[in-house]
Amino acid sequence: MSPALASSPAAQAVVRVRNLTRRFTVKGVLNGVDLDIRKGEFVALLGRSGCGKSTLLRALAQLDHEATGDGEIAVPERISVVFQDARLLPWKRVLDNVVLGLNGPDAKARGLLALAEVELAGREDSWPSELSGGEQQRVALARSLVRQPELLLADEPFGALDALTRIRMHALLKRLSAVHTPAVLLVTHDVAEAIELADRVVVLEEGRIVADLAVDLPAMGPERSVRFAQLRRQLLTRLGVDDTVAA
Amino acid sequence: MNAQTSTLLSAAVELPRRAQETLEWVAPAAMPPARRRLGIAAPDPLGWLLGPALLVLVWTLGSMSGVIDARVLPAPWATVETAADLLRQGRLQSNLLISAWRAAQGLFFGVGAGVVVALAAGLSLAGGYVFDGLVQVKRAIPTLALIPLVILWFGIGETMKVTVIAISVFIPIYLNTHTALRGIEIRYVELAETLDLSRWAFIRQVVLPGALPGFLLGLRFAVMAAWLALVVVEQLNATSGIGYMINLARTYAQSDVIVVGLVVYALLGLASDLAVRTLEARALTWRRTFAK
Repeated sequence: MSPALASSPAAQAVVRVRNLTRRFTVKGVLNGVDLDIRKGEFVALLGRSGCGKSTLLRALAQLDHEATGDGEIAVPERISVVFQDARLLPWKRVLDNVVLGLNGPDAKARGLLALAEVELAGREDSWPSELSGGEQQRVALARSLVRQPELLLADEPFGALDALTRIRMHALLKRLSAVHTPAVLLVTHDVAEAIELADRVVVLEEGRIVADLAVDLPAMGPERSVRFAQLRRQLLTRLGVDDTVAA
Repeated sequence: MNAQTSTLLSAAVELPRRAQETLEWVAPAAMPPARRRLGIAAPDPLGWLLGPALLVLVWTLGSMSGVIDARVLPAPWATVETAADLLRQGRLQSNLLISAWRAAQGLFFGVGAGVVVALAAGLSLAGGYVFDGLVQVKRAIPTLALIPLVILWFGIGETMKVTVIAISVFIPIYLNTHTALRGIEIRYVELAETLDLSRWAFIRQVVLPGALPGFLLGLRFAVMAAWLALVVVEQLNATSGIGYMINLARTYAQSDVIVVGLVVYALLGLASDLAVRTLEARALTWRRTFAK
């Protein structure tokens, strides 16, 4: 999480992508992407819609059955994905959704712990349809964390939530990724969200990485908001948005 | 532009105030009158009984006044008497039992075969290639048109009757189950892939429960199809069953017995539909919460 960890020599890359290209007949292309993510590092992937950010995430998640292309991908064994929709099975109760695919006698106990971590203790017997959108997404987060992932891929996980819920989810994800220390790749189009959460922000444009910025925010104080605004302007310019209008 | 906005704003602020004043003047502490309702109010759950009740009423009045000839349609009370007679003689029970047994056997084999073939065609590409085309060809031939062939193969006994019912049941079960199996949302497939589910776990935890609503819908159609096929096969050289009872009554011009038979068919149809719907509510608890 911290910049110190990211720069320490012991921290090895758990994700390594070299010259990755992907072509689809429908949408999304990658034109030679190089990307390393270290253990415990939180990387936000920014880009306009259609720039290929979901394509890169799906390639890392090994979900791109239909794609053609080449390049190298090395990813860890335990990968969890959080989608934009919570993607809970409506016919399974909350706990059964969390432990779906888990084996072993302690699966239920681990699932209950994970639910407690996302502040949903006591809701294990609810149906997904009885939960609010934010609660459903928290269940999805519990489902991905209970697998103790080495890499957590999140595809605009807060995109469908209202602004207040989103702020609370940011804090939760930040806290949980500090505890579990997976490498995180967060796909988003929200610049503020990227700066708020990530150690590093990568900007993708037309299938290429065009910017790679470390987020070096001071812990607190007025300097923090000044640096925040600087980074935000820098990234927005990179994304081709006129800051004077956007602000 | 600015001036306009402020005018609009002040108008918006003023309007409720003015409305309040008017209210106080007309009737203090009264609720504002509700708007005229244009939509239909929520229906009463038992409201559908009104139509059938009216039908019985018209029937009764028609029979009492003599407008309806007893030879065309016997009076309701005469029909009730006939039913009581048939019950006393034991004819109604025995025929009903035989009919229900035929329908149950046909349902059993038809549902079993429909589910097995739908699973084979829905869960594997090869199975789909083999079975789906065949079923579509069969679907183009009305099941009742197969009866002559089935009689040639199985004679006119029970085997023929159960076979025809089973074929009628097979089609809706297969179609709805197969469609539901193939219609599993791609998002759930992706989820299962990212969770590293085994193929069997994927089928058991995702595909089958996801396809259950489709199967149960098919079952409702299947039950209706079973009764329809039963009516037809019992008119063909049957020597027992409700259909036989009706046919025999036609020979002797006993319209009251015919009406009793039709009422029994209606009750059987309604009861079995209710049974399937109860089963549906039990099996799909997770869905009921959507309606709340």
